[in-house]
Amino acid sequence: MESNLITEDKQKNKLEKAFEILKTMASKPSGLIGLTIVLFHVVLALISPYIAPYDYKAISPNTMLLAPSAEHWFGTDSLGRDVFTRTILGGRTALTVTFFGSLIALLWGGLLGIFCGLVGGKIDDVVMRVVDAFLSIPWILAMLLIVSLLGTSTEVLIPALGFFYGKGIVRVARAATHDVIAKDFIVSARARGHSNMSIIWNEIIPNVRDAILVEGAMRWSWMLLGFSSLSFLGFGVSPPTPDWGLMISNARGLMSFAYWSVIAPIVGLSSLIIGINLTADAFAKALGIDRSTKAPV
Amino acid sequence: MLLLILKRIGLGLITLFIVSLITFVGVEVLPGDACTTYLEREAYGAALDACIKRLGLDVPAYERYFDWASNVARGDFGYSLSGEMPINEVLGPRVKNSLVLASVSILIGIPLAIVLGIITALWRDKLPDIMISTITIFSMTIPEFISATLLILIVAIWLGWLPGIVIIPSDATFYQLLSNIILPVVAISMIMTAHMARMVRSSVIQVMASDYVQMAILKGVPYWKMVFRHVLPNALLPAINVVALTIAWLLGGVVVTEVVFNYPGLGRLVIESISNRDLPVVQALAIILASIYVGINLIADLMTLMLNPRLKSLQIRK
Repeated sequence: MESNLITEDKQKNKLEKAFEILKTMASKPSGLIGLTIVLFHVVLALISPYIAPYDYKAISPNTMLLAPSAEHWFGTDSLGRDVFTRTILGGRTALTVTFFGSLIALLWGGLLGIFCGLVGGKIDDVVMRVVDAFLSIPWILAMLLIVSLLGTSTEVLIPALGFFYGKGIVRVARAATHDVIAKDFIVSARARGHSNMSIIWNEIIPNVRDAILVEGAMRWSWMLLGFSSLSFLGFGVSPPTPDWGLMISNARGLMSFAYWSVIAPIVGLSSLIIGINLTADAFAKALGIDRSTKAPV
Repeated sequence: MLLLILKRIGLGLITLFIVSLITFVGVEVLPGDACTTYLEREAYGAALDACIKRLGLDVPAYERYFDWASNVARGDFGYSLSGEMPINEVLGPRVKNSLVLASVSILIGIPLAIVLGIITALWRDKLPDIMISTITIFSMTIPEFISATLLILIVAIWLGWLPGIVIIPSDATFYQLLSNIILPVVAISMIMTAHMARMVRSSVIQVMASDYVQMAILKGVPYWKMVFRHVLPNALLPAINVVALTIAWLLGGVVVTEVVFNYPGLGRLVIESISNRDLPVVQALAIILASIYVGINLIADLMTLMLNPRLKSLQIRK
C-alpha cells in the first residue's frame, strides 16, 4: 500500500512537471502558436477520414482543374479529385511515418551515444568514425538508393528514416554524456560497484534525457522535410495515396493556370513544419537548453 | 601545429575510406547487383553476360572492392551503364555546373548572412530583429522544393520576370549558365543565408555579453569601434565551422532544388542515376559528395586553427 502511494506520488509529480513545461512553452507567443499548429494537425490527421467531403481517389473527367468554389473549396486537380479532401488527408502518412521514425532515431541514436560517451576508448573511436562517415554521405542519396531498391512501403521508410536521422543524435547524446560523466554521482556509482547498464539507466539517462528529447523534436521536423522531399521526387508515398509532397510535385506542372492545387498542400506542409519547429524551440527554452548555436547536422 | 593539421587530414582520409566501404558494401548487400538492377526484366542471356563481363562482376567481391577503390583513388570511377561511357565524362560538366551554382550562392549568401546576423544581434528584440528573424525562420524551415516552387509561381509565372525552368544542355558555357541561374541561386542562398544569419546572430549576442566587451563599454570605447574591434573578430571565428556545416548540409537540399529548376548539376544526376538504376554512377556520386563534405569541414577546421591564437598556443604547450 505504501509503495503504491509513492509511485502514485511520483507519477503525479511527473505529470505536474510535464504540465509545467507545457505551460512555460505556451507562455510565449511563438510557443503557443507552434503548439496550436501541431495540435491542429494531429487532430486533423485523426478525424480527417471522417470529415472528408469527397473520396480522395475518385477520378472524374467532368471536374478537372476546377477553380475553388462552394462545392470544391480548394478546387480540383488535373484528375478531377477534390483538393480540399486530399489536403486534409495529406498529412496522415507523413505524420505517422516521421513520428515512428523519430522514435526509432531517438532510441538507437540516444542509446548508442550514451554508451559511447560512457565507455570511451577504442570502441568510441571506431563508432564515431563510422558515424562521421555516414554523416558525410548526403542523406538523400542513401535514402533514394534504399527506397529504389527495397520499395517505398512504410515498413521500409520508417526504419530507413529512423536510421539515417539517428546518426546525428549519437553525437548529441555522446556530448551530453561527456558533460555528466565527470560528475560526482557517477564516480560514486562506480565506486559502489554498479554495472555500466545500471549507471546508464539510473544516473545518465535522467540527466541527458532533456537534451536528447529536444534533439529528437528537432529531428522530427527535419525528418518530415526529408520524407516530403522523397515524396516530391517520386520516391516516397505511392499514388493515389494523398500526400503533400506528391501533390505539390503533381500540381507543379500545371500551376500556371491551376495554382490552387499547389497552394493548398504547400500551406499544409509548411504550417506543420513551422509548427514543429516553433514547438521544438519553445520546448528547448522551457527545459533551459540553448539550441541556437547548434549546426544543422 | 603541423602535427595537428596532419592528424586532421588523416582523420578525413579514414572517414573517406569508411565511406567507400559503406557505399560498396551497401550496394552489395541490397538486393540485386548492378547488372540485374540495371537490366531489370531483360537480365538474362547474352545481355546479362556482357554486362557482367564489362563490370567484372564475375570476380569475388573483395577483389572488386580493391580494384574499384584503387581506381577511384586514381580518379577513375569506372563505366556508366545508362550513358554507355566512362563516368568521368558524365561527371565533368555536371561538377562544373554545380560548382557555378554553389559558388555564386555562397558568394551572395555569406556576406549577406554576416550583415543580417550583425543587424539582428545589435538590434536584438527590436523591430529590425523581429522582422528579419521572422523571415529567416520561414526560409529556414520551409522545404527547399516549396520555396523553389513558390519562387517559380510568383516570379516566373505571375510576374513573368524570369524563366521558371532552366533549359540548357549540361555542357553549356559559363555565360549561358549565369543568365539562367538567378532563380536557383535565390532559392539556395535564401535557405543558406537564413541558417548562417541565425548562427552569426547568436554568436554576436554571446560575445556582446562577455566580460571584455562589458569592460570596453565601461572604459568608454565608442560603440561602433567596440563592435568592429572587440566583438566581430571574436564572434565570427566560431561561425566558420557552422558555415562549413551549413554548406555541406545543403548538398542534400541542392539535389531537390536542381530537380525543381531542371538544372543540369550533380544533384539532378543523383536522381537520374537512381531512376536509371545505374549503380556505378551512384557509388561515384556518393564518394564525390562525401569528399566535398569532408573537404569543406577540413578547410573550416584548419581555418579555425590558423585564425585562433589560443588553439595554437594550446597545441605548443601539449
